[in-house]
Amino acid sequence: MTELTREDVLKLARLARLELTDEEAESFRAELSEVLQYVAQLDDADVSGLAPTSQVTGLTNVMREDEVVDYGISPAALLRLAPKTQDGHIKVKRMIG
Amino acid sequence: MSWLPIADIAAQVQAGKLKAVDLVEQALATIADKADYQAIIATTADRARERAANIDKAVTEGKNAGRLAGVPFIAKDNFLTFGAQTTAASNILKGFEAPYQASAVERLEAEGAICVAKANLDAFAHGSSTENSDFMTTRNPHDKTRVPGGSSGGSAASVVLELAPFALGTDTGGSIRLPASFTGCVGYKPTYGLVSRSGVVAMASSTDVIGPLTCTVDDAALVLDVMAGRDPLDSTTIDRDDHSYADLAADLKGKKIGVIREYMGEGLSGDVRPHIQAAIDKLKAAGAEITDVSLPSLPLALAVYYIICPAEVSSNLSRYDGQRYAYSDPDASNLEESFSKTRAKGFGNEAKRRIMIGTYVLSSGYYDAYYRKAQTVRTKLIREFEAAFQQVDFLLGPTAPSTAFKIGENAHDPLQMYLTDIMTVAVNLAGVPAISIPAGVTDGLPVGLQLIGRQRADRALLGAAKATEKLL
Repeated sequence: MTELTREDVLKLARLARLELTDEEAESFRAELSEVLQYVAQLDDADVSGLAPTSQVTGLTNVMREDEVVDYGISPAALLRLAPKTQDGHIKVKRMIG
Repeated sequence: MSWLPIADIAAQVQAGKLKAVDLVEQALATIADKADYQAIIATTADRARERAANIDKAVTEGKNAGRLAGVPFIAKDNFLTFGAQTTAASNILKGFEAPYQASAVERLEAEGAICVAKANLDAFAHGSSTENSDFMTTRNPHDKTRVPGGSSGGSAASVVLELAPFALGTDTGGSIRLPASFTGCVGYKPTYGLVSRSGVVAMASSTDVIGPLTCTVDDAALVLDVMAGRDPLDSTTIDRDDHSYADLAADLKGKKIGVIREYMGEGLSGDVRPHIQAAIDKLKAAGAEITDVSLPSLPLALAVYYIICPAEVSSNLSRYDGQRYAYSDPDASNLEESFSKTRAKGFGNEAKRRIMIGTYVLSSGYYDAYYRKAQTVRTKLIREFEAAFQQVDFLLGPTAPSTAFKIGENAHDPLQMYLTDIMTVAVNLAGVPAISIPAGVTDGLPVGLQLIGRQRADRALLGAAKATEKLL
């Protein structure tokens, strides 16, 4: 049986880049534990000799030419969506130090 | 006033008997009139009127205005469109104006269809009721105290409220079929990859599909035919048939239909069972061979889905980081804080819950036990579908275990809400096509019948559905 601790939840939140309130940490701890208990029914499933499936129609390595295609979307139109820009670049907060 | 069949609308617009501008005004007036159902997030009125005028002009000039000339439609708000914001009913995308349109929308427009509005959904399509929308809950057209189903609840309600002749939805675990069942319309989930997902907000990429919600099977088939086929912008798309998906042979004589034993068990409500049984009897009388079929791993499908779906959700939603577009928290002092504060304020509870579960099942040390195991049980399930389709042409069962539930009834129990999808998720895991069609009404609430076909046998499935629709 999987019962998550508060520390587990806070670690997950940090990995997922989500700031949680104390109340959220507790409610997610309980709810996630319940969901993990539900999915634990797969533990007993016999899958001997079977490989995992991630693509259901059998497509593999769909290739295309590596060339520029003009879809009529300008870089300026995309930059207009960004919260902050400078000299044609997206500006973000300080990363180091 | 209700809408004509879609092919008839287009034919009359082309013949000059109906004006696209009038059809758009009719749609917009009905949307305003039915606003209290909260099916619509925003209209694309200006752009729709302009497109309608252009289509009418083309007709006057003797040009071909397309197979969907002047037909208004409503897109679930996780389709990128011009003319209104695209929000996925989430706070984090509030205010986002798409720089390009979804391929599916482009294909519909190329044939003369006109998008008039964006429909409500559970935020990021996470849910079965629209109660997870960050904005509002859509009301069931048959009872305002009940949910319309989800996540394409706004789209389904739009069709039933006659806001437009058709609506677009997405189906990752049942999100087209479930609301079709709860509101009493037709909901079609195509074979995985048949319709391009370029320009649709991604949820779980190994199961996401796009499909129509309509009044009739013929309408669904026509809309599918316009959207279907390979798209260089979505490398998961498959080749379409050369033959039209709208050319349906509605004959059941000699067809073998397997009733799924696992879907007819104890969990099925007494409100639903009699209608499914009545449909089976009518199919038999119409010459179909009915057999009982078992897919023993079906009871595991929901557990498989609630590992695979959150895992893919947590990956797909990592792009919402507040740097390139959409909401960005203004109070962060560094980049790391900018990510975590933006996501804390921008995502609702269900998105956070799925991100957390997904992060857990993909994390080092748990990946094999959860994600890999789920993907392997998925293989087992696919084999069982393949074996079933060796014996029968189609599978049949209810779409949902119950009729529409009350608003708030499941809102505080995520696991109970997940159980709503118990009869729809397996289809997504196997990538096969399925349809929900109205099969009756209990206490004023619609019941949906689900038919499932072989992968890529979309036309055959739609034909069987059309024949079944005539019987019910």
